[in-house]
Amino acid sequence: MDYYDSEDNENLEIELLLEAINAKYGYDFKSYARASIKRRIRHRMSIAGIKKITEIIERVIYDRAFFIELLGDFSISTTEMFRDPDFFQAMRKDVFPALQCLPFIKVWVAGCSTGEEVYSIGIMLKEENLYDKAMIYATDYSDKSLSAAKEGVFSIKSVKKYAANYTDAGGIQSFSNYFTAKADSAVIDPSLRQNMVFSIHNLASDGVFGEMNIILCRNVLIYFNRGLQNKVFGLFTESLEDGGYLCLGSKETIRLSNFSDNYDEVLKDEKIYRRNIRPVSYSQKINGNTAVTPEFVTKGGELIRDMKSKIDELDCLIRGESGKDSV
Amino acid sequence: MRRYEAVVIGASAGGLDALKALFTGLPDDFPLPIAAVLHLHRNTKDELITLMQRDIRLTVKYAQDKEKIKKGVLYIAPPDYHLLVEDDKTFSLSVDEHVNYSRPSIDVLFESAADAFRGHIIGIILTGANKDGSMGLKRIKARGGTAIVENPRSAQFPDMPLAAISETEVDYILDVNEITCKIDELVGAL
Ligand SMILES: C[S@@+](CC[C@H](N)C(=O)[O-])C[C@H]1O[C@@H](n2cnc3c(N)ncnc32)[C@H](O)[C@@H]1O
Repeated sequence: MDYYDSEDNENLEIELLLEAINAKYGYDFKSYARASIKRRIRHRMSIAGIKKITEIIERVIYDRAFFIELLGDFSISTTEMFRDPDFFQAMRKDVFPALQCLPFIKVWVAGCSTGEEVYSIGIMLKEENLYDKAMIYATDYSDKSLSAAKEGVFSIKSVKKYAANYTDAGGIQSFSNYFTAKADSAVIDPSLRQNMVFSIHNLASDGVFGEMNIILCRNVLIYFNRGLQNKVFGLFTESLEDGGYLCLGSKETIRLSNFSDNYDEVLKDEKIYRRNIRPVSYSQKINGNTAVTPEFVTKGGELIRDMKSKIDELDCLIRGESGKDSV
Repeated sequence: MRRYEAVVIGASAGGLDALKALFTGLPDDFPLPIAAVLHLHRNTKDELITLMQRDIRLTVKYAQDKEKIKKGVLYIAPPDYHLLVEDDKTFSLSVDEHVNYSRPSIDVLFESAADAFRGHIIGIILTGANKDGSMGLKRIKARGGTAIVENPRSAQFPDMPLAAISETEVDYILDVNEITCKIDELVGAL
C-alpha cells in the first residue's frame, strides 16, 4: 500500500470519526477546517498510543471519558484579555460613543472561551459608564471553558501580561484594581459579573440570540470551513439589530461570505462592521403583487434611518436635560 | 500530473534577508504558489509586506483565512497565527497553541501542505536559531516531496538548517543563491 492509499484511507477514517461523534454526542465537527482537526486527531493518537483512526472511532463510541478528552483537543481555547489592543481601543473610541443614547445595550460574546474577552468588554463598558445599562451574553459550546469563564480566576503571570494589553488599549485605571489576589491567582472583581449571563451555545447547531447591539466573535470562525462560516454569519445577521455592530478577529472577514452586503465597514483593520437595513432579498414583496424595486428599498431604508437617528437625537436631548435636572 | 504543485519555506532569525536573496532572482510569473513561515514578532505591522515587495518581483501578501491558493504569489503567514493548507488548496489560519515555541510554526505549515499537495511540493528550510521545521520537512520527504536546506556554514544562523539535516535525509544542502537556481531547475521557471 503506498501513501496515496493510506492518505485516502485517513481522510475517509476522519470523515467516519466526525460522523460518529455527531451521531453519538451531537457535536458537529464535519464543517470545521479539516487541517487543524487532523492535527488534533494525530496529537491525541500519539499521546494515547493509537495507531489507526479507526481505533479512535471505537474508543469514542464506547468510552465517554475518551470522547471528552478528544473534545478538549478540538476546543482551542487560546485567549487573552484585551487581545489586539488596537481593537479594544477602537471599540472605546468609535463604537461606544454611538451607544450612549441607547436605553439598553445587549452584547453577545460568541465563543467566549475562558472569559478573558468578556471581562475585557465588561471593564471597558464600566469605564465608559455604560455598564449599568448593558447585558452581556457570553456563550461557548465547551462547558469546561464556560465554567472557567464564570469563575474568573486567572494566574498572576497572565494578568501581568494582560496589564500591558490593557494599557495599549487605552486603559487609564490601575489594572490590578479589577482583581483581588488569592494564593497565586487573581480573582476578577465580581461586580463585573453582575450584568453577565453565561450559557452553552453551539454556533454550528443552535439558534438565534435576538436583538443584539454588539456581537463579538473573534478567532472562532477561522476554525470553520466556508460553508459553516456562512451559516454562522447568517445567524449573526438575524441576531443583530439594524445598526448593530459585528466584531471579528483580526484575520477574519465578512467580505468572503453571502452576507457581505448586509454590513458597512466601521473600521476595516479592526474588523468592526455595522449591520445595515435589510436589503431586497429578505422582503421580496409588499402588498400582494407589487414587486419592490431596489431603489424603493434603498430610499425607504434611508428614510427610516434618517427618522431613527432624529428620534435618537431627540431622545438623547430629552435625556440630557432630565439628566441634568436630577443631579 | 505536475511533479510539483507548491513551494513551502521556513525561515527564522536572519530569515528576512535570506528570503529577499532567494526571491530577487525569481520571475513574477513563477508557475507555482509559494507559502512561507517567518518567525515574526506578534506585533509586526503590515508595512513589512510593502518592504518585502520592494525587493521581490512576485506578488507578496499575508495569507488570508479561506483564501484560494494561487500560483505566482508569495504568501506569508500572518504574525501570531498558524498557517495551514486544506485539501481543497485553500488556506486556514489558527490560534492553536505554539509549536516549537512558535506561532506561526513551520512544522504546522509543512505538515499540512505535505498532506494537501500529497507530497508534490518542495520544502525549504533557511536560517534560524531553533528547531522548527525539521518535523515538517521530514513529513514532506516521507510523502515523496523534495527537501532543500540552506547550507549551515553560510547561513546567518545555522541551528535550524542543522536540526533539519539531522532529522531528515535532505535532497540538497545549498547556499541561498544556489537554492534559487535549484528551484528554477526543478520547476522549470525560466
Ligand atoms: C481561539 S478561542 C477564541 C476565544 C476568544 N473569542 C478570543 O478571541 O480571545 C475559540 C473559542 O471558540 C469556541 N468554539 C469553537 N467552536 C464553537 C462552536 N461551534 N460554538 C461555540 N463556540 C465554539 C471554542 O470552545 C473556544 O473557546
